[in-house]
Amino acid sequence: MSNEQIKNLEEIFEARIARDEKIEAKDWMPEKYRKTHIRQISQHAHSEIVGMLPEGNWISRAPSLRRKAALLAKVQDEAGHGLYLYSACETLGISREELYQQLHSGKAKYSSIFNYPTLTWADMGAVGWLVDGAAIINQVPLCNTSFGPYARAMVRVCKEESFHQRQGFEIMLKLCNGSKEQKDMAQDALNRWWWPSLMMLGPTDAESVHTEQSMKWKLKRKSNDDLRQQFIDQTVPQADLLGLTIPDPDLKFNKQTGSYDFGAIDWDEFWQVVKGHGPCNKQRISARVAAWDNGAWVRDAAMAHASKKQAIKVKIAI
Amino acid sequence: MDNNWPLWEIFVRSKNGLEHRHFGSLHAADQEMALENARDVYTRRNEGVSIWVVKSSDITASNPENNGELFEPAQDKVYRHPTFYKLPDEVKHM
Ligand SMILES: [Fe+2]
Ligand SMILES: [Fe+2]
Repeated sequence: MSNEQIKNLEEIFEARIARDEKIEAKDWMPEKYRKTHIRQISQHAHSEIVGMLPEGNWISRAPSLRRKAALLAKVQDEAGHGLYLYSACETLGISREELYQQLHSGKAKYSSIFNYPTLTWADMGAVGWLVDGAAIINQVPLCNTSFGPYARAMVRVCKEESFHQRQGFEIMLKLCNGSKEQKDMAQDALNRWWWPSLMMLGPTDAESVHTEQSMKWKLKRKSNDDLRQQFIDQTVPQADLLGLTIPDPDLKFNKQTGSYDFGAIDWDEFWQVVKGHGPCNKQRISARVAAWDNGAWVRDAAMAHASKKQAIKVKIAI
Repeated sequence: MDNNWPLWEIFVRSKNGLEHRHFGSLHAADQEMALENARDVYTRRNEGVSIWVVKSSDITASNPENNGELFEPAQDKVYRHPTFYKLPDEVKHM
């Protein structure tokens, strides 16, 4: 195709998105659109998969059968989210194997938040309440994104997220109405998860490289800073309700803006974690790689069994 | 030997009276496993009463590049629509 023809196709393509038309996998698309979507959807899928690890850590130690059933169901949902997203990503012509390789080799990124440790049971509360809460704020606008398979996966994901956040908040509520030790445990979890949750919504707008193009393609509907403000404004009253203190001395309601002003975020910490130097980066990836490698014989056996059965079927047919 | 599990397309009937609808895809070694995985991946909250699994490589799909020749001929056949036929106002319910 000549450059002129491609330019023409690109204009038609951008106009379709501007008209709110959806793009489906077999439609013509600019290479940059394909690459950007593979990157974003796979990062999102990897985050769901790695996101199971900090919570999976507590399934066997949940304090009651009710909590255990809920946590197990939540972690299973996250596996499901990863699978919806991987299959949406594969429609763009990349194989599952390649996607896993990118995760396992460290080439692909996943959300920085999952590189923090889950030290106490209260962390299950804080993660559900804050991390899933921030994820919902990030994900809801994506239900209307331009790439059809991604948008459909996000609709399914968003339907399931609200239970995640509510079960987390319920854990916090129970602890906050319990003994002093329990309430302290809840406060400690909030102290540790608050700032990483704010960072999870991404670098400030001034430093965010992809925003303009992503806005056009509806991969992003609001800027990182707007999302962060939305998260803070909705979460502070919830912390008040729990009787917990947000670990930010500069946090103050601003009557003029109707929003909370907040203190400076330690972006050095964020970039350290993104670059692989967070408290658990190595642990997370090695747990993931070990799970994959240790399961290899099961996958091979299942394939061998499937081809044997197929061979018998063919023989009978002859 | 290529040991990657093949891809399957999953269709779910959400309740009797409705058609099966495409829900997404997944990897599985064979059709039984595809059914079991589809149950776990796509129907954790009573989303379905029946599942079909079809190997993705067995699906033949039209190419959007041919959408013109495939679908445009229907556009100028206005006589296929009831509004093409003008009837007097006195004719009710037709
Ligand atoms: Fe999720
Ligand atoms: Fe979640």
